[in-house]
Amino acid sequence: MIAFGSLGFLVPALLLGLLALPILWWLLRAVPPAPLRRRFPAVSLLLGLEDRETTPDRTPWWLLLLRMAAIAAAILAFAQPVLNPTDRVAGNAPLLITMDGSWASAQSWAARQDKVNEVLQFAVQDGRPVTVVLLSDGPRGEKPLNFVNAGDWISKAEGLEPNAWEPNYTDWIGAAGTAEAFETLWLSDGLAREGRAELMAAFGEKGDVSVVEADGTVFALRGIGIESGALSTTALRLDAAGSGAFSVLAEGPDPAGITRSLARAEGALDEGAREVELAIELPSELRNRVKRVVMDGVRSAGAVVVTDDSIQRRKVALIGGGTEQEGAVLVSPLHFLRKALVPTADVIEADFTDSLQANPDVIILADVGEMSTQENRAVLEWVEGGGMLVRFAGPRLAASGIGQSSEDPLLPVRLRAGGRNVGGAMSWGSPKALQEFPENSPFFGLDVPNDVFVESQVMAQPDPNLAERVLANLADGTPLVTGKDQGAGRVVLFHVTANAEWSSLPLSGLFVQLLERLAISARTSDLDAAELEGTIWVPEQVLDGFGVLRDAPALAGVDGARLASGVFGNDMPPGVYVSGDRRVALNAVAKDRVLEAAGWPLGTNFLSLTRSEEQPLQAWLLMAALALLCIDVLATLLVGGRLWMRGAIAALALAVLPVQPADAQDEAAILNAANNTVLAYVETGNSKLDEVSRAGLLGLSTELFRRTSIEPVAPVAVNLETGELSLYPFLYWPVSDTQNVPSDRAMERVNAFLRGGGMILFDTRDANIGRSLSGGTPNGKRLQTIARSLDIPSLEPVPQDHVLTRTFYLLQDFPGRYANADVWVEAAPPDAEQLEGMPFRNLNDGVTPVVIGGNDWASAWAIGENGRFLFPVGRGSQGERQREIAIRFGVNLVMHVLTGNYKSDQVHVPALLDRLGQ
Amino acid sequence: MNDAAQITPDQLRRDAEEAAVGFPALMAGADQLAATISLGAHGRRRAGPGDEFWQYRPATAGDPLREIDWRRSARADAHFVRQMEWQNLQAVHLWVDRSASMQYRGDKDLPLKGERARILGLAAAILLAKGGESVGLMEDPQPPKHGRGQLTKMAMRLVETASDDYGVPPNKEMVRGNRALLISDFLGDWESVIAALSRAADQRVQGCLVQVLDPSEESFPFDGRTIFESMGGGLSFETRRAKALRDDYLERLAERKDQLEALARRTGWMYLCHHTDQPAQSALMWIHNAIAGPAR
Repeated sequence: MIAFGSLGFLVPALLLGLLALPILWWLLRAVPPAPLRRRFPAVSLLLGLEDRETTPDRTPWWLLLLRMAAIAAAILAFAQPVLNPTDRVAGNAPLLITMDGSWASAQSWAARQDKVNEVLQFAVQDGRPVTVVLLSDGPRGEKPLNFVNAGDWISKAEGLEPNAWEPNYTDWIGAAGTAEAFETLWLSDGLAREGRAELMAAFGEKGDVSVVEADGTVFALRGIGIESGALSTTALRLDAAGSGAFSVLAEGPDPAGITRSLARAEGALDEGAREVELAIELPSELRNRVKRVVMDGVRSAGAVVVTDDSIQRRKVALIGGGTEQEGAVLVSPLHFLRKALVPTADVIEADFTDSLQANPDVIILADVGEMSTQENRAVLEWVEGGGMLVRFAGPRLAASGIGQSSEDPLLPVRLRAGGRNVGGAMSWGSPKALQEFPENSPFFGLDVPNDVFVESQVMAQPDPNLAERVLANLADGTPLVTGKDQGAGRVVLFHVTANAEWSSLPLSGLFVQLLERLAISARTSDLDAAELEGTIWVPEQVLDGFGVLRDAPALAGVDGARLASGVFGNDMPPGVYVSGDRRVALNAVAKDRVLEAAGWPLGTNFLSLTRSEEQPLQAWLLMAALALLCIDVLATLLVGGRLWMRGAIAALALAVLPVQPADAQDEAAILNAANNTVLAYVETGNSKLDEVSRAGLLGLSTELFRRTSIEPVAPVAVNLETGELSLYPFLYWPVSDTQNVPSDRAMERVNAFLRGGGMILFDTRDANIGRSLSGGTPNGKRLQTIARSLDIPSLEPVPQDHVLTRTFYLLQDFPGRYANADVWVEAAPPDAEQLEGMPFRNLNDGVTPVVIGGNDWASAWAIGENGRFLFPVGRGSQGERQREIAIRFGVNLVMHVLTGNYKSDQVHVPALLDRLGQ
Repeated sequence: MNDAAQITPDQLRRDAEEAAVGFPALMAGADQLAATISLGAHGRRRAGPGDEFWQYRPATAGDPLREIDWRRSARADAHFVRQMEWQNLQAVHLWVDRSASMQYRGDKDLPLKGERARILGLAAAILLAKGGESVGLMEDPQPPKHGRGQLTKMAMRLVETASDDYGVPPNKEMVRGNRALLISDFLGDWESVIAALSRAADQRVQGCLVQVLDPSEESFPFDGRTIFESMGGGLSFETRRAKALRDDYLERLAERKDQLEALARRTGWMYLCHHTDQPAQSALMWIHNAIAGPAR
């Protein structure tokens, strides 16, 4: 094969044929065009004339050129030219295909797999042994490079998926040494990484290395935090060239628990910029719901940031006992709580009733003793509904005597009367320090500072279940913090005050950490190995390479230290890890990550990843040659004077002119619909169904014409994707389970149609038989799918006094071919009420945008060309009656569409007559 | 090229009558009235066979009973015979070339030369017949006659085509003073045309020559290597570049036209060159004027 740039020839030898072109030129020049025979009566006058010129017996130069071009095209065609010929990795040595397999390669993963597949196909042809490794997987087993038959890899390679973490090259340097000579094809993700050059050298020792890099840039999102109330994240890219706009979505569950995009922010990377910070403004309720932030349209774990507690802003209600004294800020029981919580939580300070109405996550009662029964009940209800009640002790609590005789549901333990003082001026003993936190405590692992002393506390009554409720102890073993589950919620009691009166705890950093561990305040610091020491974190959800969060039931827990190291691997993929009440999100892109392009040694052999499909050009060239020869035929005729120019031009014009009449047809249809009343039905693509709809609407149109002043013309079919909907007042939409859901654009048009006052009659045509089974009929389910994106108001079965029951005929039921299904219309406004003396409520002001039922009305209405009904309805006179009612329903419906609530207004007639004194 | 065969006699007559509408009755000049014996619409100012009333005269013995005009006789005691003015007729001989060379047209939107020639000929005949003249074809050995029947017969003869390459006016005995109308392309053998015209002039017959040509015969719009063939295939001529012949050809055509005109002038005839892309009416008008023109 010979290649010129992106053009290659498979049979280049044939190109020598081009040398013959000059000979051909000479030959063709010599041959005069064949004479033309022409009948001409005046030939008698010509007899005896001499030719003066003889030039035109030579072929004209342009005709020669045309023929040359045709022949050249044919020669080129048979040389089998190929545009973008695939580069093959030639050779016979074993081939190692390595893929970085990181999140950065997920964006172009399909192209990478194609490339691998292509290389494997060639390897099969060449009979080379092959192995494919994902570097991010790490070397496995004794023989990490196990070269096998390439055919075995073809199916396996299709199943390869990128990992959400980046490869560790150093592991592989040793692995490269275990195999004999091989060639390497390295599908790199393009990011600079430690050890890449060394690994490259290790591969290079074994044989040639070719590198494939993706053409596009790599996008990533780094970190997430809250800055002045907005979510902020940083968008990164590998390639700083050009300016690019992107958008970032914040996703999380909606109130129904379905994950959807809660907010969207647009960002732009300027020319030369590698990263840009982006803020997503959200109300705090929504912000707390955000589970992840993704870059729209980028399928990569790097472009996903999973959130954890650090962006959660708990709503904390602070309620202090007694009245705050002006000026005594530092002794206020709430002061230290306020200081600790305000930066990381939404703090509410109000009385019980108002606080509970704000539905806080946490209520902190600082030294609150007796509460009214009502308050008690309300708080208890709130706790049992999942709230977290944190109480601090204090003189009032101690004096109130609650929880002393029996266990109070709002206190974790029974209290002893009085409490105790240690280390005070009037007491013996010294202030007590804290013990290490017990293992079952949420505080386990926190360092106990040695400057925290407790001077006073309320004491827990020894109880059989006291031990399991203790969260923190003093050095002498008396409980300092106790907690218990109450209903779905939790009650925690600090046996000291929230101010520095009883202990120095509120003055220490431990206070904040304790609150954080209780998931009251959000984590502000980074993961700290020492802090995480000893905790076990269970992956709740993990990211795959494409950035999809999946449940991770089978993964083992991860040690806190390992978690803090931030080195991902098979045992610790990025994702959300849970320990107790705390959730930590580990994202694929580390907080300090900067994307930099990988550097390769000079002279590295690069192959293209985004191969534009190999394009054989033979067919095109042959066609060109053929076309040229056709033109040659015409031209030869022209030169010989045998071409009737006008005919040729007409033929050419016919061939070239685009066919126009479709427009005219459209216009006629639009005129027809605009000038007449036309009933329309939605084309479902099922020709039988469409025919029934057409016949049904034809029958209804005929009856309307006969019975009412509505004089519709023949019904038309409407294609939702292309048709103009605004021309029709009414659409009949039969639903079948095979129907495609219309495109979003079509749905937008349908919504516009509904908003503009149009009406759609949905007909599932199944009488809802089997509705109770499996949540609906197949047609009904399809209707739900279709209607999901439609602007449909809340519905109710047609009420007795709906205007539809009296727009023309007085009706109470709406049968079609079936008579047993409910018919649903837009629900009446909740404030509709029947006025005194009025027969009807004054209902919807306007036309119900949809009527939904399953009575197969079109079949009941359908008439054939001869005007006879196509489908039987019921039996005997009963059936005839049912058909009549079905037709009356159709008449009422169309009347309703065309006259709106006119008949509804009639309810005022008695009042009007009354006023007129009649 | 054989379209003429599809023309039915009826159609030809209909076309011809359309072309003849609106013309005044064609009255042939009657300058040799006295010398002729044929009857015509030219009154002889004496009683005789004719259509116009001349006089009543008292019946004499020997008058056939059916000649008595009973209406006139009833007003008097004697019997009267109604006499007509003696009229004589101009006779016109027609020749329309129907040879193969007339079956030509250079453009499918134009009529065949032969078609145009037939229509002109028959239209002239109809005009003449309306004027009461008798008409006849030169091929027809019968003397010219008048009346619709004769026109029908002529039309039936005219739709026939001849297979000869070029047509030659037939030799027919014509009575002195008759008129002749020859319609052809006159592209055939020059000698035979001269002979025919001389013969007619010798018989003291006057008339007109109408040369019908196709526009392409006038412009010679051909190029390239071409073999020209006559319509019947009898003649052929090859050229390597038709365009180069154009000037020579046009010269020869002009020469042929000049010869025709000169010949006509010499014999007292009139000559018209008519092209098929011109309206037939103008040619018919010319023919009408030529035949009904001032007597010589």
